[in-house]
Amino acid sequence: MTVTDLVSYEDALASYDPVMGLEVHVELGTKTKMFCGCSTELKQDANSQTCPVCLGLPGALPVVNEIGVESAIKIGLALNCEIAEWCRFARKNYFYPDMPKNFQTSQYDEPIAYNGYLDVQLEDGEIFRVQIERAHMEEDTGKSTHVGGATGRIQGASHSLLDYNRAGIPLIEIVTKPIEGAGARAPEVAKAYVAELRELIKALGVSEARMEMGQMRCDVNLSLRPNGTETFGTRSETKNVNSLRSVERAARFEIQRHAAVLSSGGTIVQETRHFHEEDGSTTAGRIKDNAEDYRYFPEPDLVPVAPAREWVEELRGGLPELPRLRRNRLKEEWGVSEHDMQSILNAGAVDLIVATTDAGAPSDQARKWWMGELARNANETGRGLDELPITPVQVARVAELVTAGDLNDKLARQVIEGVLAGEGDPDTVVEKRGLKVVSDEGALGTAVDEAIAANAAIADKIRGGKVAAAGALVGAVMKATRGQADAARVRELILEKLGVEG
Amino acid sequence: MTDNSTIIKLTAAEIAAKIASGELTAVEVTEAHLARIDAVDEKVHAFLHIDREGALAQARAVDAKKAAGEKLGPLAGVPLALKDIFTTEGMPTTVGSKILEGWIPPYDATLTKKLKAADVVILGKTNMDEFAMGSSTENSAYGPTGNPWDLTRIPGGSGGGSSAALASYEAALAIGTDTGGSIRQPAAVTGTVGVKPTYGGVSRYGMVAFSSSLDQGGPCARTVLDAALLHEVIAGHDPMDSTSIDAPVPPVVEAARNGSVDGMRIGVVKQFAGEGYQAGVVQRFNESVELLKSLGATIVELDCPSFDLALSAYYLIAPSECSSNLARFDAMRYGLRVGDDGTRSAEDVTALTREAGFGDEVKRRVILGTYALSSGYYDAYYGSAQKVRTLITQDFEKAFEQVDVIVSPTTPTTAFPIGERADDPMAMYLADLCTIPTNLAGNSAMSLPCGLAPEDGLPVGLQIIAPAMKDDRLYKVGAAVEAAFVEKWGHPLLEEAPSL
Repeated sequence: MTVTDLVSYEDALASYDPVMGLEVHVELGTKTKMFCGCSTELKQDANSQTCPVCLGLPGALPVVNEIGVESAIKIGLALNCEIAEWCRFARKNYFYPDMPKNFQTSQYDEPIAYNGYLDVQLEDGEIFRVQIERAHMEEDTGKSTHVGGATGRIQGASHSLLDYNRAGIPLIEIVTKPIEGAGARAPEVAKAYVAELRELIKALGVSEARMEMGQMRCDVNLSLRPNGTETFGTRSETKNVNSLRSVERAARFEIQRHAAVLSSGGTIVQETRHFHEEDGSTTAGRIKDNAEDYRYFPEPDLVPVAPAREWVEELRGGLPELPRLRRNRLKEEWGVSEHDMQSILNAGAVDLIVATTDAGAPSDQARKWWMGELARNANETGRGLDELPITPVQVARVAELVTAGDLNDKLARQVIEGVLAGEGDPDTVVEKRGLKVVSDEGALGTAVDEAIAANAAIADKIRGGKVAAAGALVGAVMKATRGQADAARVRELILEKLGVEG
Repeated sequence: MTDNSTIIKLTAAEIAAKIASGELTAVEVTEAHLARIDAVDEKVHAFLHIDREGALAQARAVDAKKAAGEKLGPLAGVPLALKDIFTTEGMPTTVGSKILEGWIPPYDATLTKKLKAADVVILGKTNMDEFAMGSSTENSAYGPTGNPWDLTRIPGGSGGGSSAALASYEAALAIGTDTGGSIRQPAAVTGTVGVKPTYGGVSRYGMVAFSSSLDQGGPCARTVLDAALLHEVIAGHDPMDSTSIDAPVPPVVEAARNGSVDGMRIGVVKQFAGEGYQAGVVQRFNESVELLKSLGATIVELDCPSFDLALSAYYLIAPSECSSNLARFDAMRYGLRVGDDGTRSAEDVTALTREAGFGDEVKRRVILGTYALSSGYYDAYYGSAQKVRTLITQDFEKAFEQVDVIVSPTTPTTAFPIGERADDPMAMYLADLCTIPTNLAGNSAMSLPCGLAPEDGLPVGLQIIAPAMKDDRLYKVGAAVEAAFVEKWGHPLLEEAPSL
């Protein structure tokens, strides 16, 4: 990798003002592809999910997936966009072997949604409004695997394998207007925007938006202009930045790189850049000095999309609460700090906690288990919280047992461990492992009597008024009952039997 | 027992009736046509592929149905020649191009499925101008087709194989596609009947695209009724084709059985005349207009100024769409692959394959279309052409406020000699002068024989144009004209063709 000269971030911002444009591609979670009935399921055998349409065989014709259009409209509405009353698909003509028709069915000057905005909340709570240029529908390409070379790139490969399973999967491309005025916070805004967009897409239920699975991909376009000037500088387009952290790093790196080039008297070349996860750097890709000519024209094989206004309003009426507002509401309801809320969010625990409280658990209990024991387990086993084999209903049941005094914390942890190990639901685990708190007063009384008899000296101290010494007897009882007694009740019994006020 | 020479001259309606009544078996009918193909197709070259086994198997299935007492469809057992532009599962589909040589489609076009479901016997695939680009079938990569009236002349194009198969009695029915006149002009120059249905009337799914917004499959036959029977089988909404019209098929068969022009207002467009029209064509056309009057129609002269721009608009829109439609022929997935010796890049192999696989006319149009869509030229070329298209549609709308149908010559001349216009694309393009406006507007039109040009004794076609989804009017008028001419001539025109 070539070493790129950078100036420090602070120096860059002292002289220049960054302007960003973010292009995000979201793979919709429709069951079938955008223009045919093939399944969209991931990780299937190569070319097993194809048909004449998505293979672009001669004679085959596309038909629009209604759910794809509906998803696009929902996204548009959630982004406060206007929804086109009439729009067409367009052909974007260019050659690539993994694109079956050698044109991509996309939208050009008639996007389904346009002129919107998304308010994003920065870490200090400040709201930044990102203007949305458009959101349009298109189809994904197939996948090329280059074989025989050292790098997996096409250079040096002996041949390439083509898998068209992904070809035709519906994509929504969301393009921002130039993001100005973010200053030093530009990288943070970029990250917050993509994060907010991801939450929004998930809340809408139109995609799982897993960046690590390529279901959501981001291009970061960035330029600098001298502070106090209006005209945009030449931009670079960093492609396929596929994690939130990377979005922030890519923007930061490009600010430093552009500043280094500009302040040494150089000029920025309009080009695509590759982002490198290892060190957060970018390297040059294709030069885009002449705007590529995609020879767009309206797709004659598809009739225009003209969503009825009643339908659009119906979809608007069904939109879920926006993630940012919901987050702020939950933060209030739960009484947690911004920092804790951020942790809950980062852990992907919001929906699980909500589901657990919906199942009857107090919110502090729900948070405690998901952010404690369960987060630890997820972390250790490299799984997402939602991938753990325990349901919010089961967590709520554990919390219920604790509240009722049937379990103490220690026992509750063992119950959860049992559920995670596949031993059954919480009640089954309690049953099988015999974990219930001993609350049989007779059995407990006997254990207390035995402890007093075995520790006569301590018992005398307590009778003499040293109530604090009761702890030792409680410990002995707990040990005798293998931790299954309610410690508070044990203490009460000891004091009672020794005739001392607690 | 009816002999083969009688069987092949039967109309599709007659064949179906005789099979239904048990007078003929579908196998006898198929064998008679296969024998005719064996006898004459070496000279005519209407077929690119003959599916002897498949045809006989289908015929046997029809006979089995009949034997089992099942009800047969109106075209069951009728042999048909299918233009080699519709995909046929397990049967080659070349579109007249080297680039698809050897390709066996894994799926049937909707139209192919409908034919099979109707128990129509598909004899094979017919020759055509490569990718349907041409008016003479000379652009086929597999050699030209002869016009059965005079084998040294063109049978029209692009569907010259289909029209020639009908005119030579190799098939009772045929399927064509019409982007700028490729059904009607071949029908005109071979003395047969051809219909371009309303755009969206017949599914395009599985029809290899030339120009998506103009292409339309349709029926070819020797009589108006046969065309209607076939029209009804292949038409109708197809959920696989987004541009297919979701409405009932116009009552074409009923119209064909009840031909009449009495009380109709029929338009004659003044733009469909003038320089370039052969005298004999004009003469037969004028006689047709007189005939319509005598049958009770009122003739209205129409002015459709935008029609003068139709050819120019067409030669921007069709090449533009084709430049994109043909981009998929890249040697990656199917068809021809040239130069893949393990050292060349994908781009080089694609370039070599296209160089070898596409003919001159295809290359000419791809280049033209690529240019017309290019940034900076789009508005001037493609954009302007679309505006002209709107004007033409408006001219038709205004015309159809005054008249029920429009008539014109189908094509300005009779069949020209093979080779005459091969090196003069502009002269070739003029063959579609009268047919193109209909494609641009998306409405329906028919060509049927209206006599022989006195100067060369070759067939002249009369074009009837109807509004969109009023295809039945074509058949109502066509049937009346056909009946009147047959009465006047004493026999169908095709009987005047020399025997092969």
